[in-house]
Amino acid sequence: MQPLSRQFKQRATIAIKDANLQAALGKAKEGFVGKRAAAIAELPEFEQLREEAKAIKDHTLANLDFYLERYEAQVKKYGGHVHWAKTAEDAQRIVLDICRKANAKTVTKGKSMVSEECGINEVLEAAGMEVVETDLGEYIIQLAHEPPSHIIAPAVHKTKAQVSDLFHTHHAKFGLTRRLTEVADLVNEARQVLRKQFFRADVGITGGNFLVAETGSSIIVTNEGNGDLTQTLARVHIVTSGIERVVPTLDDATTFLRLLARSATGQETETYTTISTGPRRSGDLDGPEEYHVVLVDNGRSRMLGGQFRDMLRCIRCGACMNHCPVYGAIGGHAYGWVYPGPMGSVLTPLFTGLDVAYDLPNACTLNGRCQSVCPVKIPLPDLLRELRHRQYEEKITPAYQRLALSAWAFLAKRPRLYHAVMRIPVGVLGWFGRGRGSFASLPLASAWTRSREMPAPQGKTFQQAWRERMENRDERRT
Amino acid sequence: MSDGREEVLRSVRVSLNRERPTPEERDRLEARIATLRRHTRPAFEGDLVGRVVDKLSSRAATTTLVGTMSEVGTAVADFLGRNGFSKKIAVAPALADLTWPQGFDVHTGKARADECVSVTACFAAVGESGSLVLLSGAESPTTLNFVPENHIVVVRTEQIVAHFEDVWLLLRALPQGMPRAVNVISGPSRTADVEQTIQLGAHGPRRLHVILVGRDCLA
Repeated sequence: MQPLSRQFKQRATIAIKDANLQAALGKAKEGFVGKRAAAIAELPEFEQLREEAKAIKDHTLANLDFYLERYEAQVKKYGGHVHWAKTAEDAQRIVLDICRKANAKTVTKGKSMVSEECGINEVLEAAGMEVVETDLGEYIIQLAHEPPSHIIAPAVHKTKAQVSDLFHTHHAKFGLTRRLTEVADLVNEARQVLRKQFFRADVGITGGNFLVAETGSSIIVTNEGNGDLTQTLARVHIVTSGIERVVPTLDDATTFLRLLARSATGQETETYTTISTGPRRSGDLDGPEEYHVVLVDNGRSRMLGGQFRDMLRCIRCGACMNHCPVYGAIGGHAYGWVYPGPMGSVLTPLFTGLDVAYDLPNACTLNGRCQSVCPVKIPLPDLLRELRHRQYEEKITPAYQRLALSAWAFLAKRPRLYHAVMRIPVGVLGWFGRGRGSFASLPLASAWTRSREMPAPQGKTFQQAWRERMENRDERRT
Repeated sequence: MSDGREEVLRSVRVSLNRERPTPEERDRLEARIATLRRHTRPAFEGDLVGRVVDKLSSRAATTTLVGTMSEVGTAVADFLGRNGFSKKIAVAPALADLTWPQGFDVHTGKARADECVSVTACFAAVGESGSLVLLSGAESPTTLNFVPENHIVVVRTEQIVAHFEDVWLLLRALPQGMPRAVNVISGPSRTADVEQTIQLGAHGPRRLHVILVGRDCLA
């Protein structure tokens, strides 16, 4: 999809005023944060697992070429096919080719963020295929023609009433015309509609949470079982996955599985963890006849070369966005692309351009909660700061901000001058504000004073106040 | 397609600032795969059977304990009776030898589209999380695990191991290597995609019933 991140400020402003969105976000936040905390309290080994997971990923990334080739060889050994996509367009072409060769009319899909990133659905639909998202959240947003607003709960921004409206509109063609108000009924109706699609599908596409070099396996985790029906009932199974998802062994993958469910949904384990290796074997009564893996680079190999390698440890759990006050206030759509929240604010500028996603690294309070909950210890605030730095270096930062920063830097490097200059505004503001103690409005600071008062300085700079205090103390002593 | 492969690998190596790994490096990395490393595993105490029962029930699965395989038929009949289901079941070929009570309509093989109840064996169960591990194969069609409304799994108590790593050890010992699918199942299907409300039976089975078979179940 085309990134809309340039419109971040407008979209964020609209999001804050959207009553439905605010209601949905309010319900979601407490659930995610509380459940994660409870799940982690049950596992004293959690911190140790984080350290080990980080070390496993760092080791794998430092030898990524080896592990990718090792993984590929194992997939082939079991009769599967591996395709390499340098770009999103390559991934589109590869998936389209496989679907065309399979004479696909209906394609079912388990949730795959890489597929969203590469815009696979649009390409298949343009080629006349019916593409059906089967994860309930993905299905809801597909009906609404919207991108996901959260990487593990794609329809978290929708209220029950909105889902009810969508089903009422789109399920009439199946003869389902009753308006539903209970969650149980909504889920049942989706089950009924999608069940038929699973059996009709020619091709099933899923993501891959982990790829195992030891065995040539792809691993998905789901709660609904949709990924399993997708990949078991279709003739052809395609896995779309980023090249950074490879891990050396099943044991290594297990460390991540222990972290993933707890960090994502606060579950000890998701309902279904499925390890897939190659197509149907002789004698098997079911399962796909073809098994394809599309390894997507799309900028990842470039990230490997510098400070952003840390970001490639990401296991897409969503804990960073669940704990982010900015995400919590505006939801995922304002970010304008596939990945929202802190991880998205790092990935979107890297994948789509520092200028395209200028606002994202700046829409951060640097409170550090994302880093503190990240199961693989990605230093997200540092990476966001580094992106700001690069925007400045590449002169993407607006001229007035660059000028202000340069002026401040000039002063900050000259302490005497700095103190002399700072006395002026502090003195003036202190004098004007001496009555009220704060300002309801101030020139150049309207963004601040629109929603709260600006406290007035007390007339002296900190340095002056400190010096006087020290002098007074010395006098008292003598 | 092969040029995509070379392009990606070249770009990876440029970023890693190195050529393809030397034979020595490959040996070292192969050795890391071949050597079992002791990762941190969640520690727990207590008996495995009790733990599996507790863990499964915490995720809305139900369990029955029986002493021998010959009692499985009755346990299945109880489950069907309790829920008011007809005595029509799909059974995994692995359990074809079991005898079923009078009046049962049994078919072995993969799941039909409108299957109500399936009964399958399993490869292992995991004490750590109470998860069941099922392998695809001629004896154990994967559709039985996901298509029916209700899934009954027969677990022999000696199949319960402590951690997932113990299951992988058993997998590595299989002569045919990895099966097409290893399904780790930890409860009935669920979703929370509408307003974070947990609803069972999203796409897979609405009920997961586990029959634990073993002498230690008699106590």
